[in-house]
Amino acid sequence: MCADTVSLIIFSPVIASKAKAGQFVVVRASEEGERIPLTIAESDAAAGTINLTILKRGKTSSLLCSLNKGDYITDVAGPLGIPSEIEKFGTVCIIGGGVGIAPTVPIIKAMKEAGNYVISIIGARNCSGLIFEDTIKKYSDQYHVCTDDGSMGYKGFVSGFLSQYLKENPGKKPDRVVAIGPVLMMKAVCDVTGPGGIKTIVSLNPIMVDGTGMCGSCRVEVDGKTRFGCVDGPEFDGHLVDFGLLNSRLNIYCDEEKVSNEKYMEKHECKMKI
Amino acid sequence: MQNENLKPARKKIPRNKIAEQQPASRIKNFSEVELGFTTEQALLESERCLMCKKPKCTDGCPVEIDIKGFIELIKEKRFSEALEKIREKNTMPGICGRVCPQEDQCEKTCILGIKNEPVAIGKLERFLADYGIKNSKNNSQGDTGLKNNNSKKIKAAVIGAGPAGLTCAGELAKMGYAVTLFEALHKEGGVLVYGIPEFRLPKSIVEGEVEYVKSLGVEIKLNSIVGKTYTIDEILESGYSSIFIATGAGLPYFLGIPGENLNGVYSANEYLTRVNLMKGYLFPAWDTPVKKASIVSVIGGGNVALDSARTAKRLGAEKVYLIYRRSEVEMPGRIEEIKHAREEGIEMVFLTNPVEIKGENGWIKKITCIRMELGEPDESGRRRPVKIPGSEYDIDTGIAVIAIGQGANPVLTQTSPDIGLNKWGNIIADDIGKTNKKGVFAGGDIVTGAATVILAMGAGKVAARAMDNYMKTGVW
Repeated sequence: MCADTVSLIIFSPVIASKAKAGQFVVVRASEEGERIPLTIAESDAAAGTINLTILKRGKTSSLLCSLNKGDYITDVAGPLGIPSEIEKFGTVCIIGGGVGIAPTVPIIKAMKEAGNYVISIIGARNCSGLIFEDTIKKYSDQYHVCTDDGSMGYKGFVSGFLSQYLKENPGKKPDRVVAIGPVLMMKAVCDVTGPGGIKTIVSLNPIMVDGTGMCGSCRVEVDGKTRFGCVDGPEFDGHLVDFGLLNSRLNIYCDEEKVSNEKYMEKHECKMKI
Repeated sequence: MQNENLKPARKKIPRNKIAEQQPASRIKNFSEVELGFTTEQALLESERCLMCKKPKCTDGCPVEIDIKGFIELIKEKRFSEALEKIREKNTMPGICGRVCPQEDQCEKTCILGIKNEPVAIGKLERFLADYGIKNSKNNSQGDTGLKNNNSKKIKAAVIGAGPAGLTCAGELAKMGYAVTLFEALHKEGGVLVYGIPEFRLPKSIVEGEVEYVKSLGVEIKLNSIVGKTYTIDEILESGYSSIFIATGAGLPYFLGIPGENLNGVYSANEYLTRVNLMKGYLFPAWDTPVKKASIVSVIGGGNVALDSARTAKRLGAEKVYLIYRRSEVEMPGRIEEIKHAREEGIEMVFLTNPVEIKGENGWIKKITCIRMELGEPDESGRRRPVKIPGSEYDIDTGIAVIAIGQGANPVLTQTSPDIGLNKWGNIIADDIGKTNKKGVFAGGDIVTGAATVILAMGAGKVAARAMDNYMKTGVW
């Protein structure tokens, strides 16, 4: 797996037995830690485990990525959010970008099991960022890869590939698109699917505290109305989402995140230099 | 009777004033504002009690504490027994002594209060609770005595570890039930830990009360969101004979005005949760940040608004406005807290209501407000605020905190559609907490809408008795 991306397999039988595609958990990495939402990548009810795939970015994700086999995680609560809408739509195109590939896995599986023709498109900066390839291949009727640097598959963004694909296959318009990844990627996908009127579901990742509808930190605007990402989402109709607001709100704590991260790096400098 | 009349006139002792941190220094820290009575003060204050034959104070108490009884024990310096006297009715005196609105309850009905100031019942309660903490080294009788053989007991579940849930769980455990308390957050206490700030209710006090409940044998499951992690039916099916739902009022209201989703606009729930539960005031030692600004505007006039305003001050704001659409007399906040807020330099802007929040580059810059005047009384009996046309003006602000109340959180009730709700989404329960679903009781803010800690505790207690009756008889 990509050096900056780590999959944690967490033993939590209750959550594993309950988790449905599209849901997330709220995690705390230490006693002094913040609460962050992480979408569940895989859940195995029989083994009682869930897979959380994390991109090392700030302090909390770094702390989580530094966990070793056998370690405990301070808090995991869930599963939260409304599960993905899964039914037989016909042809479903599921797009994952970067670490957003991980949460597409249960949706791809569920969509396939519901009898859909599944086209999976995954993209990353380079080939080392392509994760869950084997599982995704297994459950997809078509499997496409994009890398920004062209180190594997289509050279460019997933939205560019999708645009090209739709042009080349005019008769095979998907009945639904699901896109998960960075805000700009989801917006770009919606821009591509908008003119053709292809229903496009996006999974939003606003900043949360409790994750149960109590605080309103995760406010997003959908169709001009304020919704809570945690209890009304995380999935919404992408063509109605105010991505500008989402992006702006995701950056509220940029300065503070920097302070936290620098402090963490100082402490763990020796490790980070390796 | 005659003797009573011949008693010498009681020496007039003025109500004892509790020591407080001075405003200038306390706005620079999160430590408790009130410092508590000294033993001498408590004794002197207890002397003020008239020892009424038919005490009215107890009538004013939602959990019917024998107030005269415990004050009499204070007079005799039997502090441990006095504390036990309170604990007969109220397991959380350290919390109630601090956050109960005594002026509307026991102290309101105190006879002494008719001509003079009432006995400082709340401060005495707090004194005893603090005395108990100081002298509780080996006072964990519950640890071994009650915590055994849970497997053979009848199982009861309580949802939500706030004031109502903790009280109900404690009462049920004392009755001998095996109680599991499900809590959605990573810490017990509900509004006592996420809402009420450290400077008004130290979290160590809450932890102490939680430990007491645990010592009674209550098993607490944290990070358990009923409605998501478990459903009510699953809990019933897994062997729990009865359930008490006490999930509180966990859905913040917003104003519904333009600009409310700009960066820097918080619900009071978020602002206070970041600071209190997540210890945002200790950032970066603790990871959760909270935004700071030199000008902060808080919208609302209740205790949550006052808590938010005073928190903002402690986070370093130079100017904190409390913007309230009615006038001071209609403020639902406690008089004591309004006084504290004033001392700390919070500027009250009455008869003013926000109509729009304006920003720049995604961040809040100004709140456009309109002036209000009081019209005819509304359903609540308070005079309804009416807009004065053309009176709009802007208030510069770096952060806004919306503290205009909260509704019922739907996470639990969505997955239990068979539980009856009113039009606001609150669970319908009768006087003893019974819902329309067999075996399921509810109480506290999820039933009444946002109210007080003591009312929630009262509801928890009443429901515990009703649950006991139901579990014993099976009669619904």
